[in-house]
Amino acid sequence: MTKRLKTPLSEEDVRALKFGETIYLDGVVFTGRDEVHIHALEYLEKGEKIPVDFKGSALFHCGPIMRKTGDVWEVVAAGPTTSSRMNSLEPEFIEKFGPGAIIGKGGMSQPTVDAMKEHGCVYLAITGGAAVLAAKGLKTVSGVEWYELGMPEAIWIINAENFGPLTVGIDAHGNSLYAVVNDKVKENEPKVRERLGLKK
Amino acid sequence: MVAETDVRNAVVELLRKTVVKLPADVRSALVKAMDTETAEVPRMQLKAILDNIALAEQGNTPMCQDTGVTIFYVTLPKGCEVDVEKGIIEGVKQATKEVPLRPNAVHPLTRKNPGDNVGDRMPYINCKVGDKDYIEITVMTKGAGSENMSQLAMLTPSQGIKGIKEFILNTVLRASGNPCPPMVLGVGVGGSSDICMKLAKEALLRPLDERNKDPEVANLETELLQALNMLEIGPMGLGGKTTVLGLNIEYGYCHTASLPVAVNVQCWAARRGTVRIHPDGTLKFPTHEEA
Repeated sequence: MTKRLKTPLSEEDVRALKFGETIYLDGVVFTGRDEVHIHALEYLEKGEKIPVDFKGSALFHCGPIMRKTGDVWEVVAAGPTTSSRMNSLEPEFIEKFGPGAIIGKGGMSQPTVDAMKEHGCVYLAITGGAAVLAAKGLKTVSGVEWYELGMPEAIWIINAENFGPLTVGIDAHGNSLYAVVNDKVKENEPKVRERLGLKK
Repeated sequence: MVAETDVRNAVVELLRKTVVKLPADVRSALVKAMDTETAEVPRMQLKAILDNIALAEQGNTPMCQDTGVTIFYVTLPKGCEVDVEKGIIEGVKQATKEVPLRPNAVHPLTRKNPGDNVGDRMPYINCKVGDKDYIEITVMTKGAGSENMSQLAMLTPSQGIKGIKEFILNTVLRASGNPCPPMVLGVGVGGSSDICMKLAKEALLRPLDERNKDPEVANLETELLQALNMLEIGPMGLGGKTTVLGLNIEYGYCHTASLPVAVNVQCWAARRGTVRIHPDGTLKFPTHEEA
């Protein structure tokens, strides 16, 4: 059975997820990528308050295309961006702001896997480039913060309904689907080298 | 007589078609990847990609939120007096609002976003004069996730073809799931450092099912494609049989003391489009004609 969860996520929700599982999300999803991570951590250092509460939230590594009609924003296309760009910022972000789920593509490095285990957070993989499909689950926009960072870098506050499918790529117990694939790739590499006539 | 506004309108239409619909060769490669895949996780990824392609077409919506930066390749007829550059720039501005495209172009240091995808050297226009009577404009809308995985190496001639293979393999291993695989690899060999990168990007303009005219290079393309897919990085780096959707190599003569090799990495959404503006103003879109 496919799980459906509502944000904000409790630590119990998060810890119950296993890597490789497929889930769908309901509730508020925040977008945030490079600049949001940089800004939020800078604000914290200066002792300033950030405009949203990330506790238990789903943070989507996404710079969407949005359209404004009158006063209303709508999501046009909203696939994930490459999560590894946030590798150096995410462990501290998870520690300080406590999101329950990071949604993105491509996976994240070991320090983030460790931070997720320690603080109770999961990484949910959504298909990169499948931005119209993703937008189907992102029903309405209730606000935008830090719009001055530009459309792709702002925090978009979006109400999701049956948003997915999302694959649990990294769970809150230190397991990573990417690590499993990596091991397999390492195992396959000598065969590839042999095929290409390269040294093993 | 073609005017600058004709160019602008043609570019808006070209950008719309390009970001909404993939060329037929890329779509067939994705369908083939789905047909050959057996495992559940990669099948789910490929299904999402194929569903998304259909939804984008139905809704006339960009298939990916990263509508890229716009790289143009223009071939002008002899004696062309139209300001094609201005037409393209205005077309990009208008398409950003109307399609819409995501405003991606920023100042590299201040990161200020003008909001219209236009700035110094953006859109980037490569231009040459040809022997046809029409203006041909090809655009690649290049996303950053894949572009960021691109690499250049200045090999020594003694490293030879093995060195080239080694470098391409390492580029794919390093890129892993980041560039939205199944990826397309554009490989440039030879030239100087800058020419080599240009060749790599131009290699991405060739349909995936068309091999290099040089039989030796064609064999190298096929050999590398088959070998790299044995890695099983798979769609989105979640494992699976198709990691590389296509691999095209372009080469140019180089200095006897150098061997530059470049890989321009492209995501599955390998968007490229061409428009021909004929002297009477009619437009033809050879990459986006209905089969």
